[in-house]
Amino acid sequence: MYTPHTPEDKKLMLEKIGVSSFEELISVIPDKLRFKGKLDLPEPMSELEVMKHCDEIAGKNSNQKEFISFLGGGVYDHYIPAVINHILLRSEFYTAYTPYQAEVSQGTLQAIYEYQSLICELYGMDVSNAGMYDGASAFAEACHIARSITKKNKIIIADTIHPYYREVINTYTHGLNIPIIDCGSELDNEGRVGLEKFEQAIDNDTAAVLVQHPNFFGILEPVRELAEIAHKHSALFIVCADPISLGLLNPPGSYGADIAVGEGQSLGISASNGGPLLGILTCRKDYIRMLPGRLVGKTVDVEGKTGYVLVLQTREQHIRRDKATSNICTNEALCALAATVYLSYMGKQGTKDVAQDSYAKSHYLAHEISKINGFSLAFKHPFFKEFVVKTKLEPNYIIAELMKQKIFAGIDMVRFDNNWKNLMLISATENRTKQELDKFVKLLKELR
Amino acid sequence: MADTLIPKELKYTNTHEWLRVEGDTATIGITDYAQKELSDIVYVDLPEAGKTLNQGDVLGTIEAVKAVSDFYTPISGTLIEVNGDLKNTPDSVNKEPYGKGWMVKVKISNTSEISKLLSAEDYEKTISGNAKH
Repeated sequence: MYTPHTPEDKKLMLEKIGVSSFEELISVIPDKLRFKGKLDLPEPMSELEVMKHCDEIAGKNSNQKEFISFLGGGVYDHYIPAVINHILLRSEFYTAYTPYQAEVSQGTLQAIYEYQSLICELYGMDVSNAGMYDGASAFAEACHIARSITKKNKIIIADTIHPYYREVINTYTHGLNIPIIDCGSELDNEGRVGLEKFEQAIDNDTAAVLVQHPNFFGILEPVRELAEIAHKHSALFIVCADPISLGLLNPPGSYGADIAVGEGQSLGISASNGGPLLGILTCRKDYIRMLPGRLVGKTVDVEGKTGYVLVLQTREQHIRRDKATSNICTNEALCALAATVYLSYMGKQGTKDVAQDSYAKSHYLAHEISKINGFSLAFKHPFFKEFVVKTKLEPNYIIAELMKQKIFAGIDMVRFDNNWKNLMLISATENRTKQELDKFVKLLKELR
Repeated sequence: MADTLIPKELKYTNTHEWLRVEGDTATIGITDYAQKELSDIVYVDLPEAGKTLNQGDVLGTIEAVKAVSDFYTPISGTLIEVNGDLKNTPDSVNKEPYGKGWMVKVKISNTSEISKLLSAEDYEKTISGNAKH
């Protein structure tokens, strides 16, 4: 809402500063520099007209409320409980994106503290920060943390991570001459990494080994073995794990992760055309001083009452300047709040249920699709909530046809790599009903 | 200025490190003036024993509540010992900058560097030259 000044407001202000008119304030600007004419802007609209205009533009989008979505690849259609908006839309949380006088905003700090605690439990790690921009940049920042800790330079990355995450790592390491080795699999074989390639690539100058688990193709990676390989060479083991997967799989802390990151969108944050998202970043206690971003701690005030504060601020760039491990300077606190509400509302059992449901539905779907003529599963290894399908028909044709039926059929993988032709990435979450799954299969069967 | 300690038997740098030479070993720390300027020290980041040092290299960083500061090695040599107590009691640097607050011991490789360091008198001149606020 826009509330302009009235003529009376303006008169009062001018009187207060002892000026007769607005023109007097800008009288120093020479006449020949003044723009005389009308600004090339459309005519102003009333509130009614603006609302209609915005609704019309937004209406051009197809969304997951009207369409049945089988999209994955980092952003998923999980159910968002109503209670989340109920908390998020409270103006105390919604309007103040960050507390500038942190200790005065005890509610905000407590919410972040709870977020950190829940994430530590979920990931099985000692420390979580208050959040990063998204999973991709959290993964990239973890590389720098590893280099700072080990004082070594080389990074080895499984080639089965999300291709966009890989690009973001490029951006974050640009110009620093860091040797980066992509390691692991051949797409036509496995869809998951081969350990021998890592054994060959790793050496004593390796700062970290990075893997995504489940990986970009939805497949589970041999994480325990990779952790051993990394640690044998005194490199850190960095894992990117989907938070919902942790309702079913062993958490990163239990299989040797030194730093664990993830994309928090699945925890009660809407897909919203790809953002805003939530970067999860956790590490072992020993590395706490290298963790970027904000950290909220719990303490007592002079009266012995519990209070929350920002701690270890000397890590951050406003104090450490060029020696900080990161230049992160804004936050995703509202998204972190959504994740906090989601986890505390769903609880351990609820998170397990969502994971198991997603697992069951995606496996049912994969099985049914593989029975259709012209469709087959690209890989044979265990997966979590998404899978790759090889298609006889062109994926973009399949996607276009299913759009007409109000279904987002999946992702055409050729957009990530020219060699990935006739491959689709399909995901099914707990948000899909059996009827929706069967309808999808039926429509695929009928395609010519 | 009167109550800033500057032991006469030590050597100093104008980046506020002190040096105690015993044979071919030097014990190094930061001065009373430095710890006063930094105020409450919460963490000292030191390298590992075995490291080769060149005079003027960054030796480590000191974290106070609101600032982080590098400190430098006054002398070239090999780092032979690090004060492990500082991990748990970093405030020793504030309480006893020349005693319990020592940071590292170095085996000196180039004894001619010692004569170029500041005496207690020279160091006192340096810090009284700084504007006091």
